[in-house]
Amino acid sequence: MGQHPRLRELKFTLHRIFRNPAAIIGFTLLFFFTAVAIFAPQIAPPKYAHNPYIMPHKGYSPTPKPPSKASIFGTTSGQYDIFYGAVWGTRTAFKIGLFVVGIATIVGIALGAISGYYGGIIDEILMRITDIIWAIPTVVLAMAIVVAFGRGLDKIMIALALIEWRWYVRVLRSEILTLRDQDFVHAARLMGVSDLKIILRHILPNAIYPVLILASMDMGSMVIIAAFMSFVGLGAPPGYADWGQMVALARNYIVGPPDDPFKFWYTIVVPGGCIVLFVLAWNLIGDALRDAFDPRLRRR
Amino acid sequence: MLAYIIRRFLLLIVVLFGVSVLLFGILMTFSPERRAATYVTSPQQAKDIPKIIRQFGLDDPFYAQYFRWIKEVAKGNMGWSLVSARPVSEAFWTYLPVTIEMNLFAAPIVIFFGIWLGTLAGINRDTWIDHSTRIMAIVGWSLPTFLFALVMLMVFYGYFNLFSPGILSDQLAMFIYDNPDRFHRYTKLYTVDGILNGRLDVTLDAMAHLVLPVMTYIIVVVALNMRVMRSGMIEELSKDYVITALAKGADKRTIHIKHARRNALLPVITVAGQMVAYSMEGSVAVEVVFNRQGIGWWLAESAIQLDMPVLMCICLFMGVVFVVTNLTLDILYAYIDPRIRLT
Repeated sequence: MGQHPRLRELKFTLHRIFRNPAAIIGFTLLFFFTAVAIFAPQIAPPKYAHNPYIMPHKGYSPTPKPPSKASIFGTTSGQYDIFYGAVWGTRTAFKIGLFVVGIATIVGIALGAISGYYGGIIDEILMRITDIIWAIPTVVLAMAIVVAFGRGLDKIMIALALIEWRWYVRVLRSEILTLRDQDFVHAARLMGVSDLKIILRHILPNAIYPVLILASMDMGSMVIIAAFMSFVGLGAPPGYADWGQMVALARNYIVGPPDDPFKFWYTIVVPGGCIVLFVLAWNLIGDALRDAFDPRLRRR
Repeated sequence: MLAYIIRRFLLLIVVLFGVSVLLFGILMTFSPERRAATYVTSPQQAKDIPKIIRQFGLDDPFYAQYFRWIKEVAKGNMGWSLVSARPVSEAFWTYLPVTIEMNLFAAPIVIFFGIWLGTLAGINRDTWIDHSTRIMAIVGWSLPTFLFALVMLMVFYGYFNLFSPGILSDQLAMFIYDNPDRFHRYTKLYTVDGILNGRLDVTLDAMAHLVLPVMTYIIVVVALNMRVMRSGMIEELSKDYVITALAKGADKRTIHIKHARRNALLPVITVAGQMVAYSMEGSVAVEVVFNRQGIGWWLAESAIQLDMPVLMCICLFMGVVFVVTNLTLDILYAYIDPRIRLT
């Protein structure tokens, strides 16, 4: 095999991932959501071109209407079209996940690499700062930050990004600590390779997998937390296409009239199902990645 | 060991100091005018805002205001809660028992099921038992707590009309409120107080209201516990002492339960700290949906009404709980596993 060893490993990893039925389900779901997010303007043409995230609504009646020809998933409280909200909510979910996880990953990798590679006093200070932020549960701290910054989906995203990097720092640092004193790193250092190059070319490629797994799982859990905060009422303004807020609109209709308790099922099943499937997709992928990268399970 | 505990204790103080500075920093992002506005109740008073700022020193440097604040906090004065219309520290003690009560019921079940299912999956690795617990874990992990709680309400309360949201039925709650002399709130936990007062109907009613919250909570939190237990079991079962025991003819049950499971429990202790954080997060969602006036409900309510003192109090409280639990767990860990040398 004349291939670069890293390329060969990648091929092997991909082969392992796609042998796993859970991963196939996960990637299929993700592919579906990605397609919906990209083609949202074609699937559900916006009524207000300047602000497509606002769900169109016919009338103001608080009672949801069942699925019909005009709105195939029915309308939720306030007569917002559920189908439109579900489609454009996909974009919102991707925006939340990519923004939070993207920033958390970049900050986490940078701080984790510095902390793990250099050690000493820098490490001590960075780790104590991480400990401080680590001490408060994500939802609780995020709520405090959102209250300070003001309500809104963008504020939720910023608050979560400000908190979530703590995971990445810890995970990457502990990976690097085991790599730092290995022979190939010492060899590179003896040959006069710069620190930056050692970190980027020799250490990070070997330490990045746990971070990738974490990032994949986090895409889901960040969407859950943002949805919960929207549900509580800290998120987007009413009518914004956001799954969490659509669940909040359904909240008063989860129990129908006594003779037909499930009358308004569509108001919660559609946005709720979207959240669960979206999160499930990322968790399945994360789980498959963990299996594929786990050195103890890898070659068997 | 002692040196380790002292070092950890000093670090605990550093972390708690950091948490308080962080929280105060969040509060200080409000402008002095906005903080002064909390003292203003009528439009006529608005012209007094500059006076209020001077009177309370709201534009003093950060450290001066911080030390003034932390002095009050040390005295137990956390400020005034708009949501509860009471001092925060007083309101705190009325909400805390509700949260504790739920956790008292949920925690043992989570621990038991997590360990049991995890052991089962670890022993029967790669069989249908393992695969189904794994699917359960991933699905449980993907279910947002608040959504699952809503579905539980929809099915059990809406369709079967079995368990209603809230803490206690209205009639009993009114009775207790009206007759403080006939129903003493010894522990503030309704289930326990019912027994102590000889009112089993109160206990049973409170427990019926706990069924759905506890169930929601378990199904979401148990996954982590189970997965850690499973991987611990698999790791232990591949070790030499298990093979030795097998070679000497010990029966499988003894090996699994007496040898491997005890060792596999160790990693569960390390994630227990994380589970405390998850359970605090989980109780926010559960309490909001089931309308139980506990700490989590109070937090959400205060966040909506911008009641900053309450948010700071809860953050501080959770920070203390989390840090102290982790310290306790680390010491416990070293005590249980003599191989670990703390330095």
